[in-house]
Amino acid sequence: MTKTALKVTTPTDRELAMTRVFDAPRGMVFDTLTKPELVKRWLLGPPGWTMPVCEIDLRVGGKYRYVWENADGRKMGMGGTFQEIVRPSRMVATESYDDHWTGGETLVTTELVEARSKTTLTMTVRYASREARDAAVKMGATKGVEASYDRLDDLLKEETR
Amino acid sequence: MKPTSYTLDATFAALADPTRRAILARLATGEASVAELAEPFDMSQPAISKHLKVLERAGLISRGREAQRRPRRLEPRPLADATDWIERYRKIWEGNYKRLDAVLQELKAKQKKAVDALLEDVKPKPRKRKLK
Repeated sequence: MTKTALKVTTPTDRELAMTRVFDAPRGMVFDTLTKPELVKRWLLGPPGWTMPVCEIDLRVGGKYRYVWENADGRKMGMGGTFQEIVRPSRMVATESYDDHWTGGETLVTTELVEARSKTTLTMTVRYASREARDAAVKMGATKGVEASYDRLDDLLKEETR
Repeated sequence: MKPTSYTLDATFAALADPTRRAILARLATGEASVAELAEPFDMSQPAISKHLKVLERAGLISRGREAQRRPRRLEPRPLADATDWIERYRKIWEGNYKRLDAVLQELKAKQKKAVDALLEDVKPKPRKRKLK
């Protein structure tokens, strides 16, 4: 049996793609991505969070809304609009977090490919701008990063001179 | 333009190429000269030098002082910033997808049960004799 490891890549400088194989037909996988009662059971993020709000209006132009809550009562919400729905193979939706920690709206494309009753799911997150991606990258960035950037800027200036 | 944008652009552009990623992987095991780096790839030294220039501009590698060999070495900081980000995604989604595996297994089991029940229904049953 093959291991179903999660693969994370950066196909372009503004995109992040995640690929994972699931041992189920893609119609079933599609359901787990789009039916609220199923989504609520797994799309929970870090340990300790629950998903009290999960509303999905699955049609082009329809909206979805997710809210997570942790034990301290801290809440995090996000939502967006469906732009493309091709059951069971493809879905495109905008995604925006309430507190904008990702630096604004991203476009998320989900693709499902089935082979021998296994489904390969690829989710590509596309940032609207370089600034948006930078905000996401900087989220939780460690100390001393600025110093390192300054040093790099010097280097770049030298190169372009 | 924000300086951070500038640098991260260079980092991601540099990382987008498989040859450059392979060069970084090689340098992660220790410094190496241009000739040494060119060897495992089916590429000329000038072609490799071009890739090295991109990596250098992104701050991902630097040159040693040794005059003859000028060995390249990995600069871990910008690479770490980019990979930290990727790792955060990975951690969250690994957890999510593990839970999704369990949900799918449950759905499959349910579906199988439903199909079995259906098959049971259509199976010819022994005919009951009418009692008079």
